[in-house]
Amino acid sequence: MAEFLITLLKIFIVFGAVLGAMAYMTYFERKVLARMQARIGPNRVGPWGLLQPVADGVKLLTKESPIPANADKWVYLLAPVLVFVPALLVWAVIPFGPGFTAFGERISQSIANINVALLYVLAMTSVGVYGIVMAGWASNNKYALLGGLRSSAQVVSYEVTLGISLIGAIMLAGSMNLGDIVEAQRGTWFGFLPRWFVLPQLLGFALYLISAVAETNRAPFDLPEAESELVAGFHVEYGGFGFAMFFLGEYISMLAVSALASAVFLGGYLGPTIPFVPAALTGVFWFAAKMAIFIFFYYWLRATLPRFRYDQLISLCWKVMLPLALLNILVTAIVKLLV
Amino acid sequence: MSNYWPIALFFVIVIGFALTSLGLSRLLAPNRPNRVKNETYESGIAPVGEAQQRFDIRYYTIAMLFVLFDIEAVFLYPWAVVYDVIGIYGFVEMLLFIVLLLAAYAYAWRKGALDLG
Repeated sequence: MAEFLITLLKIFIVFGAVLGAMAYMTYFERKVLARMQARIGPNRVGPWGLLQPVADGVKLLTKESPIPANADKWVYLLAPVLVFVPALLVWAVIPFGPGFTAFGERISQSIANINVALLYVLAMTSVGVYGIVMAGWASNNKYALLGGLRSSAQVVSYEVTLGISLIGAIMLAGSMNLGDIVEAQRGTWFGFLPRWFVLPQLLGFALYLISAVAETNRAPFDLPEAESELVAGFHVEYGGFGFAMFFLGEYISMLAVSALASAVFLGGYLGPTIPFVPAALTGVFWFAAKMAIFIFFYYWLRATLPRFRYDQLISLCWKVMLPLALLNILVTAIVKLLV
Repeated sequence: MSNYWPIALFFVIVIGFALTSLGLSRLLAPNRPNRVKNETYESGIAPVGEAQQRFDIRYYTIAMLFVLFDIEAVFLYPWAVVYDVIGIYGFVEMLLFIVLLLAAYAYAWRKGALDLG
């Protein structure tokens, strides 16, 4: 019973934290983009515009969302849920800290500690594609169909490279459990370099980063949305909270791939100890800091790079990234045999 | 399997949240449909024909390639975990497997399956 209550509490903390972080990611995005374009960004709602995400949420909740007359009604209604749910479920296996002991019980800082964590993450990200295909097809709108097709082809292509780019790190850690992978990065090389996998897996990290941006449909790979040609792609027919679900799903996925990048390549919750603060909390702090860097990187890309052409995007994945990802595994395997 | 029930619980809560918030927005938001409002968006003109028609075959080739290489990735995962144990034997095994797959990959490339455009 105690275990059940603790798990329930963990679920609510993670759920609240992820949704809260997502809300302020939108604020952060608008502020960062604004500054990069020499503007100020939201500053009207609340001090420094800090209540803007709340206002957006309330607005989306109270907006009318008409269902197109010749859409497949139930598929149309189900699609946003299918994008949102798996994006959030990824968070079940992310370790937020080394764990701590309270009331004589060992408490791990992840909802579920399973040994196939990375495989589970990939499985969940795959399910998200169904929501995109269903939305694109069920809307019965030409833009939505084109956006849905493009998006599904893009997401499945980059999922291959995303999965394969992580294998080098798994070989170094000898485990798929995210907690084990983070713990394998504890300590230093030559006394000053942290043993983060980003150093021996530099190629894997670069491939992962590119795949992650494409996988979450963000600029410069935001072709499915391509507002200037496809008027928003697969979610053009959605309004109100259906649209909000897609939006939530996209931002939570961004946060999830950032969390994965931090855990697998940047040592996750590991970092210098902060005096007078328990290890469990410093872990959360370093983890959040590393994720914030990736999120900022996303926005920086969006402000800097123009959009790719679709055939370039698919060729890049299959002709450049896939061979490089396999090469990364081969090199890692040979080096592991020799060392 | 005892480690998996938290995921099931999380799943139930997330689904619950999604459905409640969608239901809540139905309750809170106005709902005044009319014929023009319910038409699909087509840049402001009356929509022409259905959108659910045949589409380019090349999306299917991408999907087939995805199935092929994603299964390869799934196969590589357990291999990577036990690589320390199986050593040179595992290395040669996987090399053969990947070379076979690369032959198919080269064929697909030559046939133009990787070109969209």
